[in-house]
This record gives sequence, structure tokens and C-alpha cells, in this order.
Amino acid sequence: MFVNQFLFLAAVLFCIGVYGVVARKNAVLMLMSTELILNSVNINLLAFAMRNGSTDGHTFALYIIAVAAAEVGVGLGLVLLVYRNKKSISVDELSEMRG
Amino acid sequence: MNILAAESEVLAPLATGWFMDNAWLIPVVPTVAFALIILIGKRLPMKGSELGVFSMVISLVLSAGTAYQWIQRVNGTSEGQFVSPVVRSWSWWQSGGFDFGIGQHVDGLSVVVLFVVAFISTLVQVYSLEYLRGDRRYTHFFAALTLFSGGMLAMVLADNMILFLLGWEIMGLCSFILIGHWWEEDANSRAALKAFFTLRTGDMGLLVGISMLYFAANDWTQANLGLSGFSIRGISAWALSGEPNSSVITIAAVALFIASIGKSGQFPLHTWLPDAMAGPTPVSSLLHSSTMVVAGVFLVARLYPVFFVGLDILGSGGNLIVIIGGITIVISAALAFVQDDIKRVLAYSTVSQLGYMMLGLGAGAWLPAVFHIFTHAFFKACLFLGAGSISHSASHHSFDMKKDMGGLRKVMPITFATWIVSTLALCGVFPFSGFFSKDEIIDNVGHNGYNTFMIIGLVGAFMTAAYMTRATYLTFFGEPRGASAGHAAHSHDPHGASAPHDSHAAHDPHGATGPHESGLLITVPLIILSVLALGSGFLNATPFGESWERMKLWVEPRASVVIADSYPGGPGESLKLASGAVPAEESHSKSVCGSATPEKGVCYAPQLNHAPFKWSKALVSLLIVLAGMAISWVLSILVFTERDPRVAGLTSRIKVLGLGHKFLVDKYYLDHLYENVVVRSVAYPISQAAYWFNQNVLDGVLHTVARFAKRLSAWVYKNIDQRVVDTTVNNSAVLTKSVGTAAQPTQSGRVSQYGALLFSAAAIAALVLVIINT
Amino acid sequence: MMVVAALRVVTTNNVVHAALWLVAVLAGASGQYILLAAEFVAITQVLVYIGAVMVLFLFGTMLTRARIGFDSDLNNSYKRLGIPVAVVMMGAMGLALIRSFGDEKLPVSDNIVSTQRVSDQIFGPYLLPFWALSFVLLAAIIGAIVLARKD
Repeated sequence: MFVNQFLFLAAVLFCIGVYGVVARKNAVLMLMSTELILNSVNINLLAFAMRNGSTDGHTFALYIIAVAAAEVGVGLGLVLLVYRNKKSISVDELSEMRG
Repeated sequence: MNILAAESEVLAPLATGWFMDNAWLIPVVPTVAFALIILIGKRLPMKGSELGVFSMVISLVLSAGTAYQWIQRVNGTSEGQFVSPVVRSWSWWQSGGFDFGIGQHVDGLSVVVLFVVAFISTLVQVYSLEYLRGDRRYTHFFAALTLFSGGMLAMVLADNMILFLLGWEIMGLCSFILIGHWWEEDANSRAALKAFFTLRTGDMGLLVGISMLYFAANDWTQANLGLSGFSIRGISAWALSGEPNSSVITIAAVALFIASIGKSGQFPLHTWLPDAMAGPTPVSSLLHSSTMVVAGVFLVARLYPVFFVGLDILGSGGNLIVIIGGITIVISAALAFVQDDIKRVLAYSTVSQLGYMMLGLGAGAWLPAVFHIFTHAFFKACLFLGAGSISHSASHHSFDMKKDMGGLRKVMPITFATWIVSTLALCGVFPFSGFFSKDEIIDNVGHNGYNTFMIIGLVGAFMTAAYMTRATYLTFFGEPRGASAGHAAHSHDPHGASAPHDSHAAHDPHGATGPHESGLLITVPLIILSVLALGSGFLNATPFGESWERMKLWVEPRASVVIADSYPGGPGESLKLASGAVPAEESHSKSVCGSATPEKGVCYAPQLNHAPFKWSKALVSLLIVLAGMAISWVLSILVFTERDPRVAGLTSRIKVLGLGHKFLVDKYYLDHLYENVVVRSVAYPISQAAYWFNQNVLDGVLHTVARFAKRLSAWVYKNIDQRVVDTTVNNSAVLTKSVGTAAQPTQSGRVSQYGALLFSAAAIAALVLVIINT
Repeated sequence: MMVVAALRVVTTNNVVHAALWLVAVLAGASGQYILLAAEFVAITQVLVYIGAVMVLFLFGTMLTRARIGFDSDLNNSYKRLGIPVAVVMMGAMGLALIRSFGDEKLPVSDNIVSTQRVSDQIFGPYLLPFWALSFVLLAAIIGAIVLARKD
């Protein structure tokens, strides 16, 4: 197997995730796109771990999974709060700034 | 030290000594004392006067030591050997080819005048301790007096004309200060100003003379002697070298003599001296009788070769100096007859005696003239101090003979005795000192061919005797008048003592006890001076033979040719001169100096003639003097005491005599001429022009500048400040605002926008990175 | 398959559908991990991500009353910008990858990464991050509870 195929896959997923973050209005969907990005990074890491024959990549990937989980938890908590205050989770409406 | 190079065995090396080498201390000590008095004098117990007296005593000791060592030096030389002066010089300032130095020049003339100045200064300072007690400016008086002594001593010891000039000017300044000591009275300050301006007029001559001599002599003196054209020895040698252009040296001599006229009160610049009597009596006795006014005579004597050659002294029958001297003698003696103020009588007498000195110098009688300086100082100072004593203790600060004096011989015996001694000396009666000096002058004047002037001298002697007798009679004989009679009125004294009631309160047992003899601080100087007036003549008693002529031996510069074989060393070193007189010319035989150019070597003094003394000539002059005294005595008694109707009031009855009297009283209208005609015609238009210049030119410039500045600032305000600066400020604010407005959308608060921006930037950065790294 | 799923995540109009497509992506990712001989990570991924995180997402969707079914209001105005951005990024990364790795093959090694080795790593050199991570999780839990309290 080529290294590149995994790396390419990761790159594609990353870009799709970026597009998702940019283009989605719904806060939850934005978080989902963030998950996409994180997973692509994981794939990247593990590919390199195999290539180099080390377990550092595995460790790091595990850590990332843990962090992502925590982040989603907190993020959703925030979303819930925003929903409570604004009755909407559209990020476009979160701005109270003028102009 | 300056032992000569003893090349010639004939000549003995000249002795030297500490005093002579350090004679420069003599003027320095009073100058330092002056500074000290100014700084701390008021706080001292005797208000600074102790510093003054002390410094003068030191100077006196140093002068005496110097004199003694000079005498040793002279005695150690052989006949005809030139006694070279002890010269030390230090370079003070060099600029542009001119080298100004300071230094000392000790020779016989310096020693004589040094001693006189130091001695009389000391006595006068002691006298002033009592005379000016309680005066309002006691400390400053002593400061000025000390500075004066320092200045004169510096002048006497100067080895170059610049230092001479410095001392001269200091003396003039101190004279001004001291004459105007009681300047609260208008008359005193006017007198001081008059003295100063008259002196200044003369000083133009001094500056012109010094410059001319410098430029004329410098080349020769540098080449032959290694000295600058300011050095006195250099100038003397140059004058006698036959080198100078005769018109140059004549003009220089005339210019220098003009300065002497001013300083020594010769006609026509004599008018300041009688008015200078407005100063305190110690000032009159120190400055205006014995020391400052002889500075002019000193100048002529010091640079005698210049005058000798320039005015052809031994060659002609009349020259400028003798003419002026002669005129001065007569007119001032005449003026002394009509004075009521005792100090003015003495002032005119001083002028007259200075005329004698000038007469002597102008006629080639150098030594008698210098000797007359010496003796005159003593008896004139004594006379002035005696007048002061009278005013201090008898006549309530009045000097008016007719109003406040008379019959004082009974109550002031010491003053009377010293006065009589000094008067006899002044008149030239044997054996008092004046005889030896004044008669020598007259004798030598005749001997050298100036017969007319000899007659004038004799006439002057007659008149001197006459007016002094008149003054003596009015003061000491007859009935006491005015204050001398114990009347306490001191309404109107023209000598400025009316304001110091502070001093009067201090010692006013006068009113109770009437006139009395003065205290010791006053009488002791009087006695000392009168003793000298009696005895100083014997220092050069020509009648008694050659061995008595001490002064001539010690003082007169010998006219021998000097071969200078080495030049001055570094600063402070004395000039090493080998004095190689050509052995054939010894003592009384004539040397070529003064009449021809010496072939090798230089001359420092011209060869002069000395009249051999004959008792017959002396007797003639004695008789004339005694006649004068007798006639005056008789007339005085007749006019003043007995009021003999044949004689008294003569001038008011006979018109011609009355006019003559008035002419004399108004001092020949010379004052009127000077002040109203000369001064007014020059000063008035100048002051008008200056005023016009000030108002129109100077103020006009100022106004124009101010207007210009005002317009400029208005323009600046409108254009630069308003337009440029404010616009810049405004525009920067607008710019900031627009930038802020433009940048505002990035801060929209919308999360998605932030995200979009973030990732876009990341994309671009990634692209850039990739591109760069490939 | 994964790419398609990912694309569907970011483009679908249905929130729940997006979540389900995300599940598909995550499963695919797990499969990739196994291909990369990272069994432990794969299992963990399945457990944590699909099991917990997706449930969280669904809960969040539910609690925020997202519209079930067609929702028209899911994309914002930057959609137009997003495409070029993503494409540019893809291009850049692709370029870099091709240049760097070319035809490199993954090595077949005997050095199989076992779980033991991974755990040795975690509790050995990387112990400190492990602790930090536990703190993060703790903070997340507490934070979530605090945030979600009904006050």
C-alpha cells in the first residue's frame, strides 16, 4: 500500500471538514465538521506511525480521541446554553455587535 | 646671579643682592594689601588701615634695602664704569609679534624715587590714621591710598613702557578716587573729574609717544640688544645711538612731554592741581605734592636720552621743556599771591617747584632736578601735613587763612616749627635742603647756556620766598581770627568736611578748648619730615666738594659706552651686561654719549655737564631770596595787620592793579577757556549728534525690526499654522477614521465569518509555503 | 466510501442525516486504522467516537429542537467562499504530498505494534500528557454539568 493513499484520504477529509466549518450555520453541524477534521488527523498520524515503526503515533491518536470527546461534550453544553438564551443555534445570530 | 662676565680686568664685577633682585616685591605688596583691604578691611579692628600701614612699612623696608644694596653696587665699581641696572623681566603676553613683559629696572633713579614714595606713603598713612578718624569711607580711603602707592611703585620700577603706562594710569585713577573722596559735595566731584580729564588729555601724548618709540626703536633694539621696543633701556640706548630719525624722536619727545605737562601740572594743563586740593589733606600731601605729580618729571628723567636727543638739550638756547617750565614757574608763583586758601598756596607752590624740575631737566641739569624731586618731596609733604594739622586741630577744618587762622604759633608750636623749617627749605635758604637742590638747578641752567631761564629761575625764587612769607604771616602771626580764635562756627568750608558730622561728633572738645596742638600721630610725621627737609640736602652738598656729592655718585647714570656681549636669558633672569668702558675714558672726561654715535657698544645715558660750585653765585641767589622774604614780611604786616592806609586796599583803589588782581584771581581765565570754550564747542555738538543718532537710527532700527516681526508672525499664523498644521492634524484623524471604518467588517461578531477568514488565511498560507518550498 | 460520506455530512439538509453520515465516516476511519495495524486505536475509536460522541451529537440535536427532516436553514453565506478555500487547500496539500512521498510504500515490518507497547508508551514517556488529559476530561465533565444546569 502506498503511504500516499492514506495521506490523501486524510487530506480530502480535512478539506471537506474545513468546508463544513466554514459553510454550516448550525452549531452542531459545525462541531460535526470539526470531528471530521480530527479524524483525518488521526489517520495521518497512524499512517506515519506505521511508516516509522513507532508507537508514538498511536499514543497521540488516542489522546486526540480523548480530547475530541471532551471537546464535543463541552461544545454541546455551550450550544445548549446558547439555545436556552437565544432559542436558536444558528451562529449567524450570535452576534450582538453593531455593524 | 648677574655677576658680569669679567672679561675686562679693569672693571669690577657689580655686586648684587636679594633686595635688588626681588625689588619687584615692592609694588606687589601694596597691591595685595589693596585687595585685602577691599575684601576684609571693614571687619578688621582698625578698619583696614593697619593693612595699609603695614604694607607700606614692608615696602619701605624693601626699598631701603634695595637702596642700600644699590649703593653697595655703585661703590663697588670703578670710576667711569657704567653701573648697569638690575633688570629682571618676565614675558607676560605674546600676541602677533608683540611681546609684553613685566619686570623691574633698578637703578639710581628708581631707588631714589622708590624710597621717597615708600617713605612718604608710610608717613602719610600713619598721619591719616588720626586725620581721617571716623570718616565715612575710612576703609576705602586706605584702600585707594595703598593702591596708589602700589601703582606708583610699579611705575617707578617698570622696565618697559607698558608697565610704566599701567602704573601711570593706576595713579591717575587713584587720584580721581581720592580727590573725590567726599564726593557728596559737588565741588569735590567736579574737581576730581577735572583732574581726571586734564590728565587724560595729557595721556594721549603718552600713548602716542610710546607707540612711536616702539615702532621706531624696535628693530634696532631687537637687533643690537635683544630687547623689545618697549624696554626702557632699549629705548635709551637707541636714542643715543645716532640711529633715530630726528623728526621722529623729536615728535616722540614732545608727545611724551605733553603727558608730563598733564601729570605734573605744567602750563597749560596746570589748572587741575589747585582744584585737587578739594581732597583730604593726606591725599594732597602724598599725591599732589611729593609723589604723583613728580611722575611727569620722572618720565622725562627716565627716558632722558629721548628728550636729550629729540629736543637737543645741550645744543640750543631754548627748547620746549625749559620754556614750559619757565612759564610755569612764574605764572603759578604769581597766582600763589592771591590765594586765601592755604592749601591752594601750597598747590601753586608745588606747580612752581615742578616747573623748576622741568626747567632743570630741560636745561641738561639732570641730577639737580632729580635731587630736587627728592628734597621737595620732604618739605612739601611736611608743609601739606602741617596745613592739615592746622585744620584738624585749630581752624575747624577750614583752610581759609584770612578767615580762620592767625597767631597760631603760640598754640601750635610743633606745627609752627616744622612749617618754618620746611618753608625755609622751600625758599632755598642755606643750609636747608632746598638750597642744595634748587640753587643747583638754577646754577646749572645758567651754566649750560640758558641764561634767560636762569634769570627766570631767580625771579621765581624771589616770588617763592615772598608768597610763602605771606602765607606764613597770615597763618601763624598776627591776631587769631575766626575759628582760631575759638569761634565754633564752621559754616562754610570748601573742603567737604562739612558733611562728616560723624567725625566731628567723635572729637569735639574743640569748641571748648579752642585751637591746640595736634596729637602724636600727626606731629611725629611732621617732625620726621622736617628733619629730612633740613638734612636731606647734605646728600648732595655740592658746595662742600666732590666727596659730599653722594647723590650724584649713586644716582646719576654714567655716560659710558657699554659693550653688551650677551643677551638676556630666560624669563626672570637679569640681563648680563659686560660693561666695557673703553679704558681711556674715565671719570670726568667726556664720553661720546649724547653727542656722537659710539663705534661699538651702546650708550645708556648722555654725557652731561656739571656746573662747578661757586659761593659767589650762591650768595646772589641767597640774597634774592632774603630780599623776597623781607619785602613780603613788611608788606604783610602793613596790609594785614596794621591796615596801613597807604598800602592796604591798593588794588581796589588803583584800577590797573585791581584788574591785575582780578586776572590773577580768575587764574588767567584759563579755566574759563578750557571749560566754556574748548569743552563746550566739542562736547555740545557731539552730544546733539549722539542723541539724534540714538533716537532716529537706533530706535528706528528697533521699531522696524519689531514691525517686521509682527507681520511675519501673523503670516506664519495664518498660513502655516492654520493651513498646514491643522490640515495635517485633521487629515490624520480622517485617515484613522476611514481605516477603522474599513476594517470594521472583520469584527462583525459572526462566528462563521471568523471561521471563514481563518481557514482562508490558512489555505493561502499553506499555498505560499508549498510554493516557497518547492 | 468515506469521502462520499464526508461529503454528505457537509452538504445534507437534514441534521440527523448529517449525524448518521458522520457515523459512517467514523466507521470507515476505524476500518482504516485496522488497515494501518492500529487495532487498539480502531477499537477505541469505535467505542468512543461512535458510541459516545455520536450519541452526544444526537442528544444535542434533540435538545436544541433541531428540525427533524428537511431543514433549509443550514448553510450560511460563506458557502461560496468555502469551496475555493477547500479546493486551494486540497491542491496545496496534494502538491506537498506528491512531492514529498511520491511512490513510497508502507513498510511491511515485523515490528507489530501491540497494545502492550502502546500502554507502555502511555504510562512511560507520555505519562504527563495522560494526566493532563485526565484533567481535561474532568474539567470537561464539570464544565458540561455547570453549563447545562438549569438556573
